[in-house]
Amino acid sequence: MSEQPPLQEPLERLPLAKQPVLRQVTKILIPFVIVFGLYVITHGDYGPGGGFQGGVILAAAYILFALVYGVARARRVIPRKATDVLAAVGVLFYGAVGLVGLFGGGTFLDYDFLGTDPASAQALGMFLVELGVGLTVASVMVTVFTEMVEA
Amino acid sequence: MSQLIVYGLLLLCLLTAVAIVRLRNLFAAVILMGIYSLVMAMIWTAMQALDVAFTEAAVGAGISTILMIGALVHTGSKEKVREKERRGPHWPSFITVVLTGALLIYGTFDMPALGDPNARVHQGVAAYYKSQESQHRTHAPNTVTAVLASYRGFDTMFETAVIFVAGAGMILLLRREETDDDETPDDEALAGAPPVEGEAAA
Repeated sequence: MSEQPPLQEPLERLPLAKQPVLRQVTKILIPFVIVFGLYVITHGDYGPGGGFQGGVILAAAYILFALVYGVARARRVIPRKATDVLAAVGVLFYGAVGLVGLFGGGTFLDYDFLGTDPASAQALGMFLVELGVGLTVASVMVTVFTEMVEA
Repeated sequence: MSQLIVYGLLLLCLLTAVAIVRLRNLFAAVILMGIYSLVMAMIWTAMQALDVAFTEAAVGAGISTILMIGALVHTGSKEKVREKERRGPHWPSFITVVLTGALLIYGTFDMPALGDPNARVHQGVAAYYKSQESQHRTHAPNTVTAVLASYRGFDTMFETAVIFVAGAGMILLLRREETDDDETPDDEALAGAPPVEGEAAA
């Protein structure tokens, strides 16, 4: 029996960006990944997780997009300059939260000066600090990935 | 029962590690490294160290695997066998490794049993961190985050700085200067190219 030539190019030969299932699944998945990443960052003081893990999850959402749609297109969504700046902003933001305590009359990173009652001040301090960590981690992970791919 | 699960998972870990070292197909080795991290994350979960498990799963099994594959795009996915390796192990290094391993295992005999409440680490500040007083002070139900973000906030700040420096180093080493626009013609460069040769074989 002679083999029939395929009518069209088999699906697995297509580049990732042209595979319809992959494109749609990615589109549906990414918002949930981002929301989960933000949840992990902000919910660190109640459950497992924190700025580092959440930042990595946020970066994973971006990397998923870049893998399927290509790095050049992903870089149009978040330009290179943005991740460069955000990586630095995260660390500086962390330091700035520490300075609030210092200038408020306490010690560096003393969160008690961030609010009126200690409970909300501590919660706010940890939240802001985790936000800074998440920002830096997400930006650096994105930078490492894109630099590696583009090099 | 939980003890048995941990032993089983540790055995899996060991087998994966040996397979990673023995494999010549680097693509398969990278995927096995991801599996290793996943098994490790399960062990941490069985030990109720959820924060560590989370980090292991997100960083070890997730990002590291992707970055390793990114590196494979540049290096190729097949390890060359050098002429020296064919002639058996390099004896001085083999003996050194075995001796060091034996010493490390000997060192573990002095360690306290797993979860021993009287172990040294549980006698110092850890007792305070877990106390009601600490809960009252930071209002964070997750002690790990309370330690990381509040008690040891200074350490965490410089850990973040280390990650920033890693990113800066990556930019300095690998970034090529380009003109103002990033509209390079190699759009979908990664998506289009098959990531690794030998993928089909694996």
